[in-house]
Amino acid sequence: MSPDGNSSRNGTRNGFRGTALSVDIRSDLRLIAEMVTPGSRVLDIGCGDGALLAHLARAKQVDGRGMELSQSGVNACVSHGLPVIQGDADGDLDDYPSDTFDYAILSQTLQATRNPRLVIGNLVRIGRRAIVSFPNFGHWRIRANLLFNGRMPVTPLLNQAWYDTPNIHLCTIKDFVALCLELGITIERSLTLDRAGQPFALDPVGGLANLLAEQGLFLLRRRKN
Amino acid sequence: MSVKQPTRSIEAELARPGHRLQVTQQFKLDCGVDLAPFTIAYQTYGQLNAKRSNAILACHALTGDQYLAEPHPITGNPGWWSTLCGPGKVLDTERYFIICANVLGGCMGTSGPQDIDPATGEPWGLSFPVITIGDMVRAQRLLIDHLGIDTLFCVIGGSMGGMQVVQWAAMFPERVFAAVPIATAARHSAQNIAFHEVGRQAIMADPEWCGGAYLKKGSRPARGLAVARMAAHITYLSEPALHRKFGRNLQNRQAVTYGFDADFQVESYLRHQGITFVDRFDANSYLYITRACDYFDLAAEHGGVLANAFRDTKTRFCVISFTSDWLYPTAENRAIVHALNAAGANVSFVEIATDKGHDAFLLEEKEFFATLGGFLTGCAEHRGLT
Repeated sequence: MSPDGNSSRNGTRNGFRGTALSVDIRSDLRLIAEMVTPGSRVLDIGCGDGALLAHLARAKQVDGRGMELSQSGVNACVSHGLPVIQGDADGDLDDYPSDTFDYAILSQTLQATRNPRLVIGNLVRIGRRAIVSFPNFGHWRIRANLLFNGRMPVTPLLNQAWYDTPNIHLCTIKDFVALCLELGITIERSLTLDRAGQPFALDPVGGLANLLAEQGLFLLRRRKN
Repeated sequence: MSVKQPTRSIEAELARPGHRLQVTQQFKLDCGVDLAPFTIAYQTYGQLNAKRSNAILACHALTGDQYLAEPHPITGNPGWWSTLCGPGKVLDTERYFIICANVLGGCMGTSGPQDIDPATGEPWGLSFPVITIGDMVRAQRLLIDHLGIDTLFCVIGGSMGGMQVVQWAAMFPERVFAAVPIATAARHSAQNIAFHEVGRQAIMADPEWCGGAYLKKGSRPARGLAVARMAAHITYLSEPALHRKFGRNLQNRQAVTYGFDADFQVESYLRHQGITFVDRFDANSYLYITRACDYFDLAAEHGGVLANAFRDTKTRFCVISFTSDWLYPTAENRAIVHALNAAGANVSFVEIATDKGHDAFLLEEKEFFATLGGFLTGCAEHRGLT
């Protein structure tokens, strides 16, 4: 864990402002919420100020728990009565027993973890299902930027310079799908989103999605042994 | 170093009015001894509601006592949590009924080694049985029974108080709606034991200690107890906090004196801490209570797996640690959080950024108060408290 306790690990997500009490939530969080069955148990990793947890509790009577690295985020959640622990996906998932939750959610945080492969493995272990969203580094604008400018791309979703960014493990949708295959993870549902979080009607497994989508959103389940 | 005589004795305090529960039923300690009859001294703040659902048990730390939110009867200093507890404060006395009891083995009214052993008519001294954190909690449970409270709304405490909190949650989970262990650990580390041993050795090295029988002999190991307090006090602070407060500043002089007088402000400060402590604390009590902490290992009571201590718990937890606390560091608090996660418990955890060290739990820390206040308010809603 970052010793400063206040790293910008979840900066991408916190970039979309909303408070735990506000009724409107980010559209990609709304799409995540739509995947969650009412009354289920949910762990939201990198929960920021608790906007998704509060929405799930309110709209779906979900028994939600959160994990967040920043002290301000944790305080915002706890002071609104949301159970949240200060921690991160790399260091604090190992202790949860298998199938503790119905859903383990990791939104816009995967690219900032130290070991994404282990994190994804843990998500589908501790959750009966996992919901993962991340920025697609295969998007044409990013590719073009690197090809024509020869500079590390800075986009609305990946908005920090290479020396500032907490995003250390960027991947494309194609990379992610390949890793799921390798880890024996079933993709139950997938959505490709534009930068505003609006869904495209594109098959994420096809090459076109990898070129046109700015974000990927996946509902995962570990294959039964 | 000079040690002045106490302005008021502990015996004088015992004669003062205050809440006392006399326990006469059998009370088997972990060491096997039946302690009955014995006394529990406690104070309360606020009003118990009709449903008896708004009670908060606050557990004090090693050298704390039941005077949580009122001036200390011996020192006159404000209660140790008076910044946190009062009308409209985080522990709101207009909303909650706050109970604080002196721990077993203590020296502010609850039975301890300075009391009279009914069997001999003389002070117990070292013949007082060794007590544990579990014994302290079982004694508190008798008090809660006595007050007619079925379920405590919350059990809260820092340091050794936090150990009692996790012990409560493990031992009587159905009687604890919410639990707030602060700056604590589920077991005493080798370093924790080592520091306590230094304190105990300082007391026992004082010739006035008389093998623990100083009360019988009319003496007091004030120097030994003061040194124990000085050593311990350093562990409650942090290096940056100490340096910010004192630096290398000299005490009422322009230059060092080439002697062993208190040249430095920090020396003078520590001596003051030691000297004032002996006015209000019993040396043998210090031995017994530090021992209780050292013996504390909650996982060991549950097959070596801490998570088993919290299996199927319905209690809501909020664990709080402080970044600069090196006595009960964040890692020790996080171990409790991980065990609670493994048990599937409802747990919040926050590490408060502060450079004030372990003592931060006794100080007015904005983020600490905000987190705690938010947690309690959320729990109060679930508990139906208005």
